[in-house]
This record gives sequence, structure tokens and C-alpha cells, in this order.
Amino acid sequence: MKKLAISSAVALTLTTAASSAMAEDIKLGVFLGLTGPIESLVANMAPAAEQAIAEVSESGKLLDGSTVTAVRADTTCVDAAAATAAIERLITSDKVSGVVGGDCSGVTTAALTNVALPNGMVMISPSATSPALSTVEDNGLFFRTAPSDARQGVVMTEIISDKGYKEVALTYTNNDYGKGLADAFQTAFEAAGGTVTISAAHEDGKADYSAEVGALASAGGELLVVAGYIDQGGKGIIQGALDTGAFDTFVLPDGMVGDALPEAIGPDLNGSFGQAPGTDSPGAGKLVEMASGYDATSPFAAESYDAAALIMLAMQAAGSSDAGKYKDKVMDVANAPGEKILPGELAKGLEILASGGEIDYVGASNVELIGAGESAGNYREIEIKDGALSTVGYR
Amino acid sequence: MTEILNALALFSNFVLVPAIAYGSQLALGALGVTLVFGILRFSNFAHGDTMAFGTMLVILVTWWFQSLGLSLGPLPTALLALPFGIAGCAAFVLLSDRLVYKYYRKKKADPIIYLIASVGVMFVTNGVVRFIIGPDDQNFADGERFIIKARDFKTMTGLSEGISIKVSQGLTVVTMIIVVAALFWFLNKTRTGKSMRAYSDNEDLALLSGINPDKVVAVTWILAAALATIAGTLYGLDKSFKPFTYFQLLLPIFASAIVGGLGNPLGAIAGAFVIAFSEIMITYAYKRFAGYILPEDWVSGGLLQLLSTDYKFAVSFIILLLVLLFRPTGIFKGTGV
Repeated sequence: MKKLAISSAVALTLTTAASSAMAEDIKLGVFLGLTGPIESLVANMAPAAEQAIAEVSESGKLLDGSTVTAVRADTTCVDAAAATAAIERLITSDKVSGVVGGDCSGVTTAALTNVALPNGMVMISPSATSPALSTVEDNGLFFRTAPSDARQGVVMTEIISDKGYKEVALTYTNNDYGKGLADAFQTAFEAAGGTVTISAAHEDGKADYSAEVGALASAGGELLVVAGYIDQGGKGIIQGALDTGAFDTFVLPDGMVGDALPEAIGPDLNGSFGQAPGTDSPGAGKLVEMASGYDATSPFAAESYDAAALIMLAMQAAGSSDAGKYKDKVMDVANAPGEKILPGELAKGLEILASGGEIDYVGASNVELIGAGESAGNYREIEIKDGALSTVGYR
Repeated sequence: MTEILNALALFSNFVLVPAIAYGSQLALGALGVTLVFGILRFSNFAHGDTMAFGTMLVILVTWWFQSLGLSLGPLPTALLALPFGIAGCAAFVLLSDRLVYKYYRKKKADPIIYLIASVGVMFVTNGVVRFIIGPDDQNFADGERFIIKARDFKTMTGLSEGISIKVSQGLTVVTMIIVVAALFWFLNKTRTGKSMRAYSDNEDLALLSGINPDKVVAVTWILAAALATIAGTLYGLDKSFKPFTYFQLLLPIFASAIVGGLGNPLGAIAGAFVIAFSEIMITYAYKRFAGYILPEDWVSGGLLQLLSTDYKFAVSFIILLLVLLFRPTGIFKGTGV
């Protein structure tokens, strides 16, 4: 009888200890394509996420002084098997409490359905934009600080129409991201009265795109929309189109926006334009000031910071680092009502939550989660001028 | 009349020029394969990666020359680095022969065993290349980019379609012609070349008449390495250098050699152009071309494209299969497969 009393007392203390969250060492996975087609974007995304993690960890305010460390894993962006193995490692071996990532839509879907969902792990992706992820079965575990490409298709249509173009050719990288964006854009553009002369896929990683460019040129159009990747086929298509004189002006969606492109192509790219998620909200500027060692204006860098911040704020709101408990709080901390929290103010947010208050995390990318937990979407309109990216406005 | 000229310009720009350049690059690759097959009697699967290895050496030397400020003016510096690449690649290939193939030659192994051994050499070469230069795209082209730009062509002729020819494309064709002429002269006129052909036709008779087999083998490997390095460098200048794409080139190169007739150098060249032209012509969309030459109401809204460009590699597969089914010795009579 006495033994039973002691053991139940021990069990009781254990459970209360778990729920009242004593200081612990929390690990967060940073699950991005460190190698592969968007590695030049990830070079700025991963440090942004890690900056949020360091900020919270140093404040000592999360869950009674818990520390947070980042564990990196490589999605490769394209290889679903490698990505699945990497997130498996994060969850089972590194025992992370949440995952910032994945990055590209295809590997993110694979990692979510194969590993995160069965293990009940929360994933917040900063950059997976496929419309299909809006309706994927996720048990409330998947969020994204990036908007769905359905929204990007509409924004891109508006930008092109405002410049007075009516007829475009369209090429996309042959995967979930490219196909999703191309379809979303084509639907939006045709609804707005424009014509898409051809919608042709291209494979990444080839040396020669002259056949693809030939087909696009034959279909014709005033502009070429390249829904591809900056380090891969997207660049090859643009180079090929310029070499043969097939197209002079290109529309660059988020996967193609980066300084590497004008550097690689040169002055011929001047006049091309596009858009990438971004905002002129005070938060974005604040992150740029805070950023050290990376470029916070690079696409998805702000979203990466916000994804990491959201996970940790949700943990604080739930009083637990258990994914099953804090998943329900992600939407609460991201949206109104509550005190607005900008980058660099994570400690303040944690304090308010600890005292039972409410916050509305605005962050660097003006976070507003809608629908099944995805960003409503703010876009930065860019144009290539004098061989460099320049921001011309926000939509 | 201008309609027809426009159609011709359009067709040249998107079909003729790229196909001729691509065909020349394939021809140089296929010549190497066919030479090894004709004289050493096996299909060398490592040829694509030998190309990558030679090109890698050329790139490294090019970078060194660029840092020294050496250049060829409008021509790419890589041409200057080419002899060094060929020498290094030949040394590497001779080393692989000494370490791998010599053993099987002594044992008089079946061609299929050579083939499997060459697959092993292929993977090792591939690994060495990735280890030294990395798996990424490398850019080493410099000098002028265009012989004629599409825009300049348009203003010059007043046509609404332009033709652009890149320096690398012109260089490819010129180099191919020089190399092929030199190779045929060597095989037909020199003593070493004749002894190689004798060795290829009948090994026993050749040995009886006092031909040194070691010399024949070594010269064959050096020629194969030279052809591989030249083909790889031209391909890299024209497109881009990435180890993986050289591995993928193996299929069209073998298709070219087999379609033309394995072991027959003329066939390799013909086969290369057949493959290059069919890959590009079958996947080209003729909508705009038809718009110029056909009466307006004949042209429908379709793209007039036989196959989507996704199926480009499938075209060489299909041609390969058809040739193997109906004419296994190839267009020109080769040894057969």
C-alpha cells in the first residue's frame, strides 16, 4: 500500500512537472534545402530562422527559462526520399519539438504526409507555396508563413495587366511548385482577359534548353513567364531565350527572384520584372536592421524568421513544447486580437503570453494566417534595373 | 518572298543552328566510342565521364590562365587550355587502362566483362570529377559571345525573324571539321593509323605481321581521350559544364554510334547528325514557321508540335530501338551489336 502511494506520488510529480514545463532544452528543426535548386535562397533563410531561435533562447523567457537550439537538416528541395529520411532523423533521433520547413512544395508534402503527420509533429513552412498544400490532410499540424501560389497567380496577373501586356508564354519547372503556380497563374490571367499562348514544362538540371526555348518562341507572346528555379532550369531557359532572341522580357515569380540571376545573365535582363513574398511593414525593415551575416530582403528570409518565432510563441501560449498541445495555439498567436509583436520583440511577446495576455504576431512578413493556416500574402514587386534587383512597390 | 525568308531564318535559328552544333558535339563523342569499340572491341561506358574529366582539367587550366591575364581575344581562353586538358585526360585514361583493362586483355575476357569493368571506371571517374570540381554548374566561357546577334541580323536584313549564332557554335563546327579531317588522315595515311585499322580488322593477322599491340592500344586510348576532351570542352562552352549532364550525354552518344554503325567512324558522324536533327526537329513547334509559309486560313491555333520537349531523350531511344530491330549493323555497315 505504501509502495503504491509513493509510486503514484512520483507519477503525479512527473506529470505535473511535464505540464508545468520546467526549464528544458528545446530543439527546433531547421529543415531547408541546404543543397539543391534553391540553395542560394536558403543561405539567407536558415540564418533568419536561427536568429529568431537565438533571440528567444537568449531572452530566457520561454517556458520558465528553457533554451532553444536549432538543428539543421537538408530537404534537398527535390529529392522526396532524402527529405523524408532527414525529417525522420530530426524527429526520432534529434527529438525536435517543432520543425521550421520544409522549403519546396514537393518535399514538404512528402515530409508532412510520411513523417510529420504520423509522428504528430508541427511543421511551419516559410516557402512551400503549392495550392495543393491548402487542402492536404494535416490534423492541424501544418502551417505556412508563405502564401499559396493561388494568390501569387492573381498578383502576377495584376502586375502584368497593369503594364499593359495581354499575351504571354509560360514555362514552369516540372514539379509541384512549378505546376501549381503555372496553373494558378493561367487561370487568373485568362480570367482577366489575357492569353497564355503555351504552358510548357521544363526539366531542371539539363545543360541545354534550346528545344524548350524553340517551342516557346514558336508559340510567341510579348513576355515569357518563367515559373522555375534561379539556380536551375529557370536560368537556362532565360539564357537560351536571350541567346536566340526569342524573348526580351521575362516575368520572374518568387523562385526566380534573387541577386544571383542578374549577376549570371548580365545587362540583357534589364526591364524584366516579377514578384516575391515581401512586405513594407515596419517589421520587414526591423529584421533588415537586425540581420547580421545574411540578407533579410532575400525571398523567404523574413518568412523563415516568422515561422521559427511562431512555433516558439505558440509553445509559450500553450505552456508546453509538446506539438500536440501547442499546435492549436499557432493561429491564436499569429492573428488578432492582442498586442502587435515585431521582430526583435519576441521577448516582449513571451512575457505577455506568460502573464496570460494575448498577442498578434506581425513579424517581419506581416503574418496573418487564414484558411487552413497559411499566410494571406503580401508581395514585393521587383524590377531588374542596371543589373540589380530593385523594389518598385508592394501588393 | 520575305515570308519564305522569314520562315527560313526562323527555322535556322531554332532548328538548324542548334542541331548542327549539337550534332557536331555528339559526333566527336561518338567517334571516341566507336574508335574504342572498333579497336579494343568493347562499349566504353566511361566515355561520358571521361569527357567530364577532360573538360574539368581544361576548366581548371582556363581559370589559371584567366588569373594570369592570358586570353585569346574574342575566342574563349579554354582553347588555349585544351592541349593541357588532353594531355592530362590521356594520362588518366592510360592509367585506367593499366589498372583495369590490361588485366582483362591478358585474360582475353569477353566484351561483356570489359563493358561491366567500364561501368566501374565510369563511376570512379564520376566520383573523382565531383570530388575535385564539385557537382555544380561551372562557367568558364569568356571572349565574345556572339558571331551574330538575332537583333543585329534583323536590322541588317530587315526581316522580322533573326538568326543568332554563338561563337561557341561556330567554334564547335569548325573544330569538328578539323578534328575529323585530322583523324581520317591519321587512320588512312600514317603507319600507326594503318596498323590500328589492321589490328581492328583482324587481330591475329596484325600480330603476325609484327604490329605492336601495346602501341596500338595506347594510341587508341590517347585518341579517345583527345576526342572526349575536345567534345566535352565544346559542349561545356556551348551549354554549361555540370558533371551530371555529361553522364546523361552517354545515351545520345551511344545512340549516335550504334545508329551509324559501331566501329565505323563515318557512321558515328552520320549517326550523330541523325540523332541531333531528329531530337530537335521532332520536338520543335512549327506554329510560327507554318504561319509564314502557309495561307493564313490553313493555320489552326495548335502548336504543330509532334512531341513535347519532355520526350527529347525518348527520341534517341526510339531511333536506337528501330535501328537495332531493322538494321542492327547501323546505317553504315558497322560491326553490329
